[in-house]
Amino acid sequence: MNDLINLKNIHKTYHLGEVDLPVLKGVSLKVARGELVALMGVSGSGKSTLMNILGCLDHPTSGEYWLDGLEISRFGAKERARLRNRIIGFVFQSFNLLPRTTALENVLLPLSYTRENLTEHLKRQRAAEMLEKVGLADRVHHQPSQLSGGEQQRVAIARSLINGPQILLADEPTGNLDSRTSEEILDMFEKLNGIDGITIILVTHDPGVAHHAQRTIRIRDGLIEGSGGPL
Amino acid sequence: MRLLGILKTAASALRRNIMRTLLTTLGIVIGVAAVITMMEIGNGATLAIQRTLTSIGANSLVVMSGAQNVGGINYGIGSITTLSPNDADSIAKECSACANVAPVVRARTQIVYGNRNWVPTYIYGSTPSFLQIRDWTDMDAGEAFTEHDVLNVSKVCIVGRTIVRELFAGQSPIGKEIRVRNVAFKVVGVLSPKGANMMGQDQDDTLLAPWTTIKYRVVATSLSSGNQSTTDTSNTTEVNSLSETYPNITTSLYPVQSSNELADVPQPIRFANVDQILTNARSAEEIPSAIRQITDVLRENHHLRPAAPNDFAVRDMTEITQAMSSTTELITKLLLYVAMISLVVGGVGIMNIMLVSVTERTREIGLRMAVGAEPNDILSQFLAEAIVLCLLGGIMGILVGRGASILVSKVLNWPTAPSVGAIVAAVVVSASVGVIFGFYPAWKGSRLDPIDALRYE
Repeated sequence: MNDLINLKNIHKTYHLGEVDLPVLKGVSLKVARGELVALMGVSGSGKSTLMNILGCLDHPTSGEYWLDGLEISRFGAKERARLRNRIIGFVFQSFNLLPRTTALENVLLPLSYTRENLTEHLKRQRAAEMLEKVGLADRVHHQPSQLSGGEQQRVAIARSLINGPQILLADEPTGNLDSRTSEEILDMFEKLNGIDGITIILVTHDPGVAHHAQRTIRIRDGLIEGSGGPL
Repeated sequence: MRLLGILKTAASALRRNIMRTLLTTLGIVIGVAAVITMMEIGNGATLAIQRTLTSIGANSLVVMSGAQNVGGINYGIGSITTLSPNDADSIAKECSACANVAPVVRARTQIVYGNRNWVPTYIYGSTPSFLQIRDWTDMDAGEAFTEHDVLNVSKVCIVGRTIVRELFAGQSPIGKEIRVRNVAFKVVGVLSPKGANMMGQDQDDTLLAPWTTIKYRVVATSLSSGNQSTTDTSNTTEVNSLSETYPNITTSLYPVQSSNELADVPQPIRFANVDQILTNARSAEEIPSAIRQITDVLRENHHLRPAAPNDFAVRDMTEITQAMSSTTELITKLLLYVAMISLVVGGVGIMNIMLVSVTERTREIGLRMAVGAEPNDILSQFLAEAIVLCLLGGIMGILVGRGASILVSKVLNWPTAPSVGAIVAAVVVSASVGVIFGFYPAWKGSRLDPIDALRYE
């Protein structure tokens, strides 16, 4: 079984007071190792909820979630935090960089929650390598306010890569960027997928972004509507 | 995360908003500074009060000779003379808790200058240490007699304000001669005024001379502390109409020496006894050990068997000592309450700012959780920030407080005393304030849901 991610009949229901609000109504989904997948859907379709579950930020109400050979749907907050740290990298629409903190320090952030014992020097070296990889070798000591949007997103990508994750979960990574920078970022994702073999899930509503993926998963009203090749 | 990492993260988070950090710590700075300044001023006040109480003899101890018990009749303290100048020397040499020791010989007799006469309340024969024990070394005029005068049995004396008024009508008595029971004493000094003691007796009505002089030239054979001059006069006034009704003529077995004979030929007394030994403990805390040491030394000097009762008694000024300790305690407590209030106020300020900080940095918390921070990591991070804030405030507070207390002592001339205890307490308390008031905001931050936190605007 070479599937990195295997969702089986995932349900997620929110309880808003008296009312039960089912958001995911039995999602089953497989993502193979090394795939570049786009997850598409309009807002309210359950796209974000599915992404939260995929990113181990939330757990499903019922169903099984196999990640890297482990059934993790019943993991507690602590174990999920460790999984996020080790296996998953996040890239957000709004970058979420710490203000007034240099690019290097931002990239270093996940390492402070790693169980691995690395020397300070080694950590910094690794962070600098990551920044070099995303083409920001000359921006190491710049703060987010001194960087352009594209550069900020690249810092965020370097941050998501620092722990050598297997999955990169990008939530509308180009939503705040102009089309030219968007292309650059998406090219970078393709490169990371092609060269480093990292599994990437792009969550988007933009068909232009989904176009870069090898496969598109569409979700509507809490159910997988279809899963096909690139648009 | 290891401790160092946590502290570094906290420091860099605080550095990101330096103005707010400084303003937040201000509460703690003021609190700690106030505590330290108050403690130091309070310590100074306590010392000043102690010094004042010491001057009325809070630390002093009086050794009295014991009670005579003859055939079941007890004659009370001082009825046998067991204390010798040797005892005073032994106490001075062997009792480490005693600062000064002075043997005291008392007399009560008439003193004469020119055509005026007076019977002082106190005529003391002692050594210069007497003045140290009574904290009476300040002279209004002239100076005290010396140990040398004591050895030489010099006829010198120092007198109090009242005697100057009564005998000299306010003129300077220095260098004048007054006659004490027909012995001429040269006045070398005038004591500074001390007023009445707690029993209402005028302490300025004192004549102080070397104990050897009083002992051998004035009191001589008489061991009683009664008014020797009246005994003298009643012996000579044969024409007292009341002497039939109240006969007070004592039949003496030996021919009575005249006062002149006594003064001119001091009687060598084999057992030179003193009436009391006055001493003072080095500090109020050492009074009990001083009493123990004195008792041990004197029992050995007097060759008392283990079962035998003491033939002397050691008195301390319990009343004054108690007043002293209760005053000190009161001041300390008062300051403690002030300290608590100001630090609690500072702590609430810290809590307030930490709550704002947690809300403001909700997205940061979400991000940290997304990249793998466990709730405990968030908790310890914000707790560390609060503690660092408080410790920072504590350290600045110590500096400001020390500075303020130095300023107060320089500018206002108030007595202050540095207090290491206050500094240690300030650091410990400010760290605990950090823990106590930082915990709730930190806990609140750690309970955030990463999804909500990431989406928070």
